[in-house]
Amino acid sequence: MSNVEELQYEEELDLSTLTDDELVEQMFDDMYNGLHDELIEGTDILLERGWAADKVLNDVLVAGMAIVGADFRDGILFVPEVLSAANAMKGAMAVLRPLLAETGVESIGKIVIGTVKGDIHDIGKNLVSMMMEGAGFEVIDIGINNPVENYLEALEKHKPDILGMSALLTTTMPYMKVVIDTMKEKGIRDDYIVLVGGAPLNEEFGEAVGADGYCRDAAIAVDIAKSLVAERRGMAQAAFG
Amino acid sequence: MDFDQGISGTTPVSNSVLPGEREKPSTVVIACSALMKEIHELSRANGWNHIRVECIPAELHSRPEKIPGAVKAAIDKARNRGSQIFVAYGDCGTGGRLDVLLKAEGVERIPGAHCYEFFSGKDQFARFGEEEIGTFYLTDFLVRHFDRLVIRGLGLHEKPELEPLYFGHYRKLLYLAQTDDPMLKKRAMAAAERLGLVYEYHYSGCGGLGDSLVSFNRKLVTGSNRGRLPDTGGMNSRQGSEQQEV
Repeated sequence: MSNVEELQYEEELDLSTLTDDELVEQMFDDMYNGLHDELIEGTDILLERGWAADKVLNDVLVAGMAIVGADFRDGILFVPEVLSAANAMKGAMAVLRPLLAETGVESIGKIVIGTVKGDIHDIGKNLVSMMMEGAGFEVIDIGINNPVENYLEALEKHKPDILGMSALLTTTMPYMKVVIDTMKEKGIRDDYIVLVGGAPLNEEFGEAVGADGYCRDAAIAVDIAKSLVAERRGMAQAAFG
Repeated sequence: MDFDQGISGTTPVSNSVLPGEREKPSTVVIACSALMKEIHELSRANGWNHIRVECIPAELHSRPEKIPGAVKAAIDKARNRGSQIFVAYGDCGTGGRLDVLLKAEGVERIPGAHCYEFFSGKDQFARFGEEEIGTFYLTDFLVRHFDRLVIRGLGLHEKPELEPLYFGHYRKLLYLAQTDDPMLKKRAMAAAERLGLVYEYHYSGCGGLGDSLVSFNRKLVTGSNRGRLPDTGGMNSRQGSEQQEV
């Protein structure tokens, strides 16, 4: 098929004529290719067909984003493509969010997340936020350039399970230790799971600053968050059991 | 190589030889291609004909985890030739992994987190950040390759809707100039306009790059430059820094 024919084929594709399985496959492709409007259209069609919002979220959006994340990790996709996919997912999430709220799906945990002081980079943080939300976490995003006071205030106010900190710069990532040390001084460090992430970080850095986990990418952040929240709740259960 | 024509990102490691270097390539500077022109200029100004530059594509900055591996390959190659080695990189987003490698290899690099810091100097760079945290920096290299590395590199030519995601928090574009080139100033201004940022200009020269190469050359034991006092010339001078805002 020539490029022109392929383009015409794509233009003519009517998503509503596809079976559920075909449509889900097509939506994976649309997310992979960052097709914002098409992904929303697919989401609407599945909802009209009676799919529950959480099923669309898990079986299509989160699963589709996992494919994108894996290909990013493997060097097949680059940041622009991942951002495009995330942008498309964001559009579909806007459709699902009120429905999820209506159905009263219980949050699997709560996270306060923000970029550290001196750093305005938030692409990675935003990806993590979206993936966390997609996975069923309640996300409180406190934005960029956060001094320790902002983190403490958000912890006090929202009482999350997790504190997530992000940094892109080698010059700003040491600030994570400032935050964790302050939490220790105030005797609240063990009340929270602390996760850190950002391009220049690594496992050793995460350990050195006293975090509970280093998240190499957004998909792994979700896995670690789920696992640590479950572990902590299991321990609490055992303590009271 | 014509810098204005761009540098291919398809070859993992390439090399570049200055006139006269072929006779005695006893010293290798492993450099990010973003620094190649400046290193060549400094070498010419100082007669460092013994220096061979091994270039690693600047595109690796978008996958900084690959920089240590590329540098290691270049070190091994240089070691096989018995060369003395210097690495013209900052930490460049490797999160200390480059330093771990270089410590194990016994090789020095330019101090600093990245080229913006070592071009401008640590204190000055900190002041830039204090003045405006949302500053997007361009060097001569990035001004020359703005379209290829920034616009196309970030996919903005195909997906302009991503621009707010990349640049939403930036307020200012600071052109950190290595040369006083009116044409590059114009292009930097155009880049600022393209991104909707306030333009500012600061002449830094080669800053820590020049200082580091001078220091490295002083430590060399090769006969060709022993006892020479290197000249960093105008390229390495921080005098005459000027700022303008439009």
